[in-house]
Formats: sequence, C-alpha cells, structure tokens
Amino acid sequence: MTTTPSAARTAGAAMPDGSPRTHYLNATYGLKSWLLTRDHKRIALLYLVSISVFFALGGLMAVLIRMELATPEGDLFQPDIYNRLFTMHGVLMIFFFLIPGIPAVLGNFLIPLMIGARDLAFPRINLLSWYLYSIGGLFTLWALLHGGVDTGWTFYTPLSTNYVNTSVITVGVGIFIAGFSSILTGLNFVVTIHRMRAPGLTWFRLPLFVWGAYATSLIQILGTPVIAIAILLVAAERTLHIGIFDPKLGGDPILFQHLFWFYSHPAVYIMILPSMGVVSELVATFSRKPIFGYKFVAFASIGIAVLGFFVWGHHMFVSGQSIYAGVIFSVLSMLVAVPSAIKVFNWTATLYKGSISWDTPMLYALGFIGLFTIGGLTGVMLATLGIDAHVHDTYFIIAHFHYIMVGGAIMGYLGGLHFWWPKITGRMYPLFWSKLSAIVIFIGFNVTFFPQFILGYLGMPRRYHSYPPEFQVLNVMSSAGATVLGLGYLMPLVYFIWSIRYGPKAPSNPWGATGLEWQTTSPPPVENFLTQPIVTAPPYTYPAPKRAPEVTRGV
Amino acid sequence: MIPSSPVLPDQASDVARSVDHLMLYALSGLVFFSALIAILVLVFMVKYRRKSDDEVGIDIYETNRKSHVLELVWSVIPLGLLLILFAWGTKVFFEQNRPPAGAAQYWVTGRQWMWKIQHPDGRREIDELHVPVGKAVQLRMISEDVIHDFYVPAFRIHVDVLPSRYTTYWFKANRTGSFHLFCGQYCGTEHSKMVGHVIVMEPRAYEAWLAGEKTSPSSSAVASGDELFVAKSCNTCHRPDSSARAPILNGVFGTQASLNDDTKVLVNEDYIRESILNPAAKVVAGYQPVMPTFKGQISEEELIQLVNYIKSLKAAPAATAEAGK
Repeated sequence: MTTTPSAARTAGAAMPDGSPRTHYLNATYGLKSWLLTRDHKRIALLYLVSISVFFALGGLMAVLIRMELATPEGDLFQPDIYNRLFTMHGVLMIFFFLIPGIPAVLGNFLIPLMIGARDLAFPRINLLSWYLYSIGGLFTLWALLHGGVDTGWTFYTPLSTNYVNTSVITVGVGIFIAGFSSILTGLNFVVTIHRMRAPGLTWFRLPLFVWGAYATSLIQILGTPVIAIAILLVAAERTLHIGIFDPKLGGDPILFQHLFWFYSHPAVYIMILPSMGVVSELVATFSRKPIFGYKFVAFASIGIAVLGFFVWGHHMFVSGQSIYAGVIFSVLSMLVAVPSAIKVFNWTATLYKGSISWDTPMLYALGFIGLFTIGGLTGVMLATLGIDAHVHDTYFIIAHFHYIMVGGAIMGYLGGLHFWWPKITGRMYPLFWSKLSAIVIFIGFNVTFFPQFILGYLGMPRRYHSYPPEFQVLNVMSSAGATVLGLGYLMPLVYFIWSIRYGPKAPSNPWGATGLEWQTTSPPPVENFLTQPIVTAPPYTYPAPKRAPEVTRGV
Repeated sequence: MIPSSPVLPDQASDVARSVDHLMLYALSGLVFFSALIAILVLVFMVKYRRKSDDEVGIDIYETNRKSHVLELVWSVIPLGLLLILFAWGTKVFFEQNRPPAGAAQYWVTGRQWMWKIQHPDGRREIDELHVPVGKAVQLRMISEDVIHDFYVPAFRIHVDVLPSRYTTYWFKANRTGSFHLFCGQYCGTEHSKMVGHVIVMEPRAYEAWLAGEKTSPSSSAVASGDELFVAKSCNTCHRPDSSARAPILNGVFGTQASLNDDTKVLVNEDYIRESILNPAAKVVAGYQPVMPTFKGQISEEELIQLVNYIKSLKAAPAATAEAGK
C-alpha cells in the first residue's frame, strides 16, 4: 500500500529527530480536552485506561478464586462470597473487558488510520459510546460494592429471577447500558468502513484487521439487542412477578437460555474475530509478505460472524432441549469450525518462505495460533453431542473457553498492543522484557488451564466452591500456573507505563510494515494524515515504502 | 472412591466406554493437528528467520496455481473429519439419552440443595441412590425450585433437572462401587454441597438393602398416590361412572386425548402433572374447565405419587367389555 508522494507535507512541523512537534497527544492539554474529545485516537486511549481497570479487577477475582481452589475444602471464603467472586469475574471480564477490548481500543485507534480517514463517521457518537460504557461499568462497580451478584455470569432463570437476593437488576442495568455502547461502536465502524475509505482502497485492499472489525461490528449490531431484551425480561420478572421464565409463575426457564445464548454465543466471536484480525496483520508484517489466501481469510471472518448466529443451542445439549434440536446445532457447530481452521492453515502457510523476525508482537501472534488451535479443537469436541453430554459444565468447558478468550483473544490483544504501541504513544518499550513477557504468559497460561481439561474429563463440575480431594493435585497445578500468568500480565503493565516517559522515541514505521497507519508519524497528528492518502496497491505489498514523507529529516 | 486412572474417571457403564472411544478419536485429531501446526510454525520460524534488514518474504500464493487446491484440501479434509465426529457423537448421544424398554423407573426430585430419590417399591433416600448392577435404571427427574443437573461422571452423562417438566436420565451400571453424583448446573449458595453417591450393588445385596434397615414403613408410589387421590378429593369428580364431572382416568395413560380446541395431546407424565397444576391449560373435549388448581398445595413428590397412581389405573373391566363388543 502506498501513498502519493505529496501526502502529508507538514511544512517543517517535524522535530529534528523525525517526530512531529504537535500530534494528537500534545495538541491540547487538560482533563477537559480528554473528556470532551471527539478524536478517535484519544477515545481509544480512554477505553484503554477503563478496560485495563476492569481487567485488573477481574484478574484480582481470578486470583482469589484460584486461592480458594488450592484446597478441596471451601475454607477461604464463605460459599456466598465465592459465588459472587466467580460471577463478578465473568461479568467484568466478558462485558467490560473482552467485548469492548479489541474493537474499542485497537479498532477505535486504527480503523480511521488504516482506511485513510480523518476520524470515524460519527465522532460524537463515538464519545457517547465511551460514556455509556463508563456509566454501565460504574453501575456494575456500584453493585459490586453493594454485595455484587451470585447468579453466575449466565444469569440462568429461575435462579436469577426468584431465588437470589443479590444485585441482579443493578448489574443487569450496567450490562444493558454498556450494550448500547457496543451497538453504537459497531454502527460507527460499519458506516466508517463503508463510506470513508481512501481513494483506491477497495474492499479487497483492506487490511484484514478491518475485515475482522467489520464482521465483529455486524455481530454487535445484530446480537446485542437480544441480550438487552433478555435482561429487561429478567428485571420484569424480578420486580413485577410477570411470569416469563419461572414455571411457578407460568413461565418457561429454557426460554431464557435461548435468548441468552443467541447473543452470548456470537459474543464469543466479538471477542475472537478482532484478535484474528490482529494476528493476520502481525503474521503478514513479521513475515514481510502478503497473507496466504487473503480472500479466504477475509471471507472466513464474515462466515464465522454469520454462522455464529446459528449455533447457540450447542450450549443447551443437556438442558432439556429436544435431542433432535441438539443434532442440528451440533452439525452447524461443526461447520463453524471450518473457517477457523482455514485461518489457522493460512497463517501457517504465510510463514512459508517468509522473512520472519522474532519481534515481540510476532511471539504473541504465534502464541495466539498455538493456544487458539487447542481452544478451537477442544471446541470441536464440545460440539460433539456424545462428548458434551459428559463434559458439559465441567472444568473442560472452563479450560476450553479460557483457551479461546484468554489464550486467543487476550494474546491477540496484547500482540496488537505491542505492535501499535509505538504508533499510539510514539515510544518503544524494552524488547527483552517484552519478549520475556510473551513467553511467561504462554507458559503460565498453559500450566493454569491445561490441567483443567483433565479435571473436566474426570468430572469436576464448574462453579464448585469445594470439591472431592482426588481433584486437588490438578487444582494446585492450575493455581500455581495462575501465579505465573498473573506475573506475566503485570510485566507489560510496568514496561508500557515506563515507556511512556523513558522509552526511546519510535520512528514512524519501526517494523517496516505496510498499511496506511505506518505512513503517518508516530504518534499521528490530530488530522491523522495532512493530505488525503491514495491507495494504489493491495495490502501487504513488500517491501514497504521507505519512509513517510512527512518525517523525512529536514523537510 | 479414588478413580483408577489419573486422567480417566471410573468407567461404570457400557455407554461410558462408548464416550471414551469417541473422545479418543477426537483427541487423536487434536493431537495430530496441534502437532502439525506447531511443527510447521517452528520449522518455518527457524528456516525462514530474517537474514538481513531489507529482506522480504516471497509471495507464492498468486504465482502458484496449486494455492487454490491447497485451500480446498485444508477445507475439505477437516470438514470430512468433523462430519465423522458429528455422526459418531450423535450415535453416542442417542445411546446416552434413549433408555431401553423395561428399565426400572426411579424418581428424582432436586431442590436447593439435596437430591430426593424414590425407588420403584416406594423406598426413599436422600443424596444416595442404591441400584443393582447390570439392570437398566431410568430416572424421571423434576426440580422443586431452580434448574439442577444430575451428573454421574462414571456414567458420562449430564441431564438438567427442570422445575417445569420431567426429564429422563438412564444408565446400566456394569460394575459395583460407589460413584460421585454431582449437581452439574449452578443452583445457588450450596451448589457444591448438592452432591452424593450412586452405589451400585450386586442384585442380592440390593434386595437385602431394600428389605433391611427399613426405619419407617414405606409404601409404593402407587399406593401413596391412591391415598392422595382420596385425600385431595380427586375421586369426587374423577370417578369411574358416567355421571362424573371429570374424565375417567382409568386406562387413559399413554392414549391421545382430544381437547376442547380440537387438538390432541399425548397423556403422559408431563400432561398429568400440568393438568393438576394448571387444569385450564388443556381441557379434554366435552368437559368444562371447572377443576381448581392445586398449584402451591401439592409437592413435587406428591405429584409424582399421583402421576404413578394414574399411570397404574388400568381400563375398567366394564369399559373393556364394552369396547370388545
């Protein structure tokens, strides 16, 4: 991808070392300039700070859960406290970290840059999304301070509507509000990608991250309203005793599961598709060649998004749903595995005859491929009726979805953060420590979650505060691994913060990548590009243009 | 009981063995593909490591016509393997979910946080289920409050226990021993204490267990249901004569009943239960919706007894004779 030579003539705006004098970070100062900003890049940073807070809180709860499970007896917390811990861990991680995570941070920052636009289509709505997310998050934190909620993040009825006395409605409202943030972000991205691409940037010249974000946005727009409806119905039954789910009031408890999973299964793809997009960018950049089978990978994202809406019933094989419905959902779930397999094979084939560098983002990307492969293949086992009937709601499930959501989504998120950090902040982070963090996280993750596959097959149910003593050895391994994993996550936190002040200045294109975002300065100017970039080639055309004109020394 | 293997739970039924074989197939696929990807990635990482700063990769996709064939190959082969897995998994699932004819019927009532179990002869126990080895056992299950789930890892099957209708769990234990029974669906505060054991015994030991240590005289579900039928005054309307204000229940179980709205319904356990709790929902043709609801006045266990009693009512000899004419 190339820009016209005339792009972004800044008329002496560059510092002697090549970085621009003014950019989006120092154009204005003060709290107000951040809280009222309409700049997609600043909003991305607002999201980065807020989702990091929720990640830290959710992680803290995971630490407490693993401490309790180090011994078979429920001796650290009361059962009610333990139940709140795993519920709030799930709610915070899923609704306030993973779902907004990559779209709202990396998507917000990158989509306009990648398509050569000035901003998103609706900058004010973008800011509104962040406020909605924050209000939703504050509601949930407020509920947390008032005792939290103990229904499990799945809120199954009638337990959630008539049998618990915790803050179900407050947390529900929090998720409800945050849902609108998700819908508006998706809408903003879809319109932006349709309407604001630079001249020459056809659909098949889009970076694969944009394809991933596009597919994700479709799910956010179409799926989120259903969870909103389900939450409202739970609130209606709790407060007004309208019989919707509780059979004692004339309702049907299974109906809730259908509504819940109709959103919450596609929601898994909200978490993983953008991560896959990141990995496509990383694999191409650090192999310095186009992604093998670009169109297959692009359409696989859309295929996953569409098929993802037809597999929700695989969460309900043993719920009392008809066994013939189970058969249909099983075969559809097998089909959704195919586009994921295509992606993994294409990434691997991209490495062939590449020029591969072992930079930090690449290590994260390879970690993603390994963990996602195991997560995906165990997902296939769970889509198999005969296996799921045994391991359903055991630690096998816990291990599987952590391989997808933590091993997959978070590895991709961290890989992306390491890749674009120089662009976002204009600073480099220490290479040694960052490579070490990728390795520590990979090892810590596997030690934590691999034993849980075995625990699950042995029959240890999830959400157990105490468990039979024969399961202890594997649980202790898991808790030990979680300690390593926790340390691994702390490392980027420390050196990223360090780098903002002390890190060496980053050049415009430290990795020698293609992509419009690397054609502007690090950090980018408020306007992103000073003149409209024009695209004349497909993505990932190497060698990359030497240097962005606006940072050429002495211009 | 400590499982005999560190990675496999006890295998206490033929179905459990089927599940393990299926798992082995899936696992071999997992190991093969994970190893394939891992090896390829590592080999490429080393072999194609960047040699100089201005080196670029070689794009072989557009230049090589075989690329599209390759895409096809790695789409179709996994699809084929997945469909085999699907078909095999479905076969095992049917084994897990379809009890053989003639299985002995036990009743399970789940509530926060205990399992109440009733044997075919009326014997009751809590959090323990004693069964004879080698006999097919079918559990009809219902919950008094939230959704629970009956899970015995040694039999490799979970089934949710619903508050709205009966679900079925079945197994045929092929070895004696004591096996974990877990609640497999999160059900509130003491979820992890809603556990117990399935104790599989030699048939003689089971008979002895049934006969022995009887603390209170227990009558069969049918007999208790008979008493309830009178106690709840069901018999004032549902009596076997033509002037009754309600349908005659003799011989009705398992038949198709015609309803007021010209539809038909299979008279099964769920229909009988529903008709006691919510009589106006599906009224038999020719009758008025005059029956009062028993919702809140009758426990799930009493409902089970009534259902059993009504199931046991054979068609009256007179009616049979009439039908024979």
